[in-house]
Amino acid sequence: MTQPGPRGAALDGNAMAGDLREIFAVDVTAARFMCAGCTHTDAVATLVVWHQSPGLVARCPNCSDVVLRVVRAPDRVYLDLRGSVRLEVPLEGS
Amino acid sequence: MGIISRGFGGRRRESVPGLPPGQYLTHDFPVLSAGPTPRIPLDRWRFTVTTETGEKTSWNWTEFQALPAEDVTVDIHCVTKWSKLGTTWRGVSLDTLLADVESAADYTMVHSFGGYTTNVPMEDLLDGKAWVAYKFDGEDLEPEHGGPARLLIPHLYFWKSAKWVNGVQLMPDDDPGFWEAAGYHMYGDPWREQRYQGD
Repeated sequence: MTQPGPRGAALDGNAMAGDLREIFAVDVTAARFMCAGCTHTDAVATLVVWHQSPGLVARCPNCSDVVLRVVRAPDRVYLDLRGSVRLEVPLEGS
Repeated sequence: MGIISRGFGGRRRESVPGLPPGQYLTHDFPVLSAGPTPRIPLDRWRFTVTTETGEKTSWNWTEFQALPAEDVTVDIHCVTKWSKLGTTWRGVSLDTLLADVESAADYTMVHSFGGYTTNVPMEDLLDGKAWVAYKFDGEDLEPEHGGPARLLIPHLYFWKSAKWVNGVQLMPDDDPGFWEAAGYHMYGDPWREQRYQGD
């Protein structure tokens, strides 16, 4: 009964740029994800991010399934990508 | 007045009775959500216990409301560090919901409308430690706080008290739920500050 619908307090995927920059050497918000739930593909920046929670929860803008989760501990960052079939990262200069 | 001033000691967090380490007191009720708030019509609400052999016991809203309910006053502790003391709830004890269920399972996965899950050991659901709550502070539980009904398991961090709860799957082995799979602690005891995996 969860619909992709009113986003309420949610942000877009650019809100994760800082946290993801600590994990990857590239700007992941420019990468493209494929949703494991519906195979929708788009830029990470288009994900719908719920941030008023114990971590960042990024949902597919098409089906609202969770595509990735980021949890920050004081000395660690956890990235859960089970909702992503893949990330497509553009390489500079190619 | 004593010779030794108490100074600011009275404001130290650890000096507040009932406040676990690393927590601060709040008097409002913050809303944390990992997704859109599901709106569940009562005629579509159902709570289902599924055993490790696949046997199901379920209640619709009318049947659930007919079960004996308890009023409880408990302290709640969110892993994001706020605690709220003396909260009042009304709900059905898991002892009641699991009374006639035959199972040898040691673990459970709690499920919610909207897809949220959290793992809780069976023994933590029993003996007056957990409820499916449908009233808060004397009023029907609002959707933002998990209504029509949420799990209430106050001796663990509040992410275990799943909003919009709709069932419990009994399991022989422990599996991580939504936040546990993403780095949070499998058990989540606020008094031992079990916030993240490895704590």
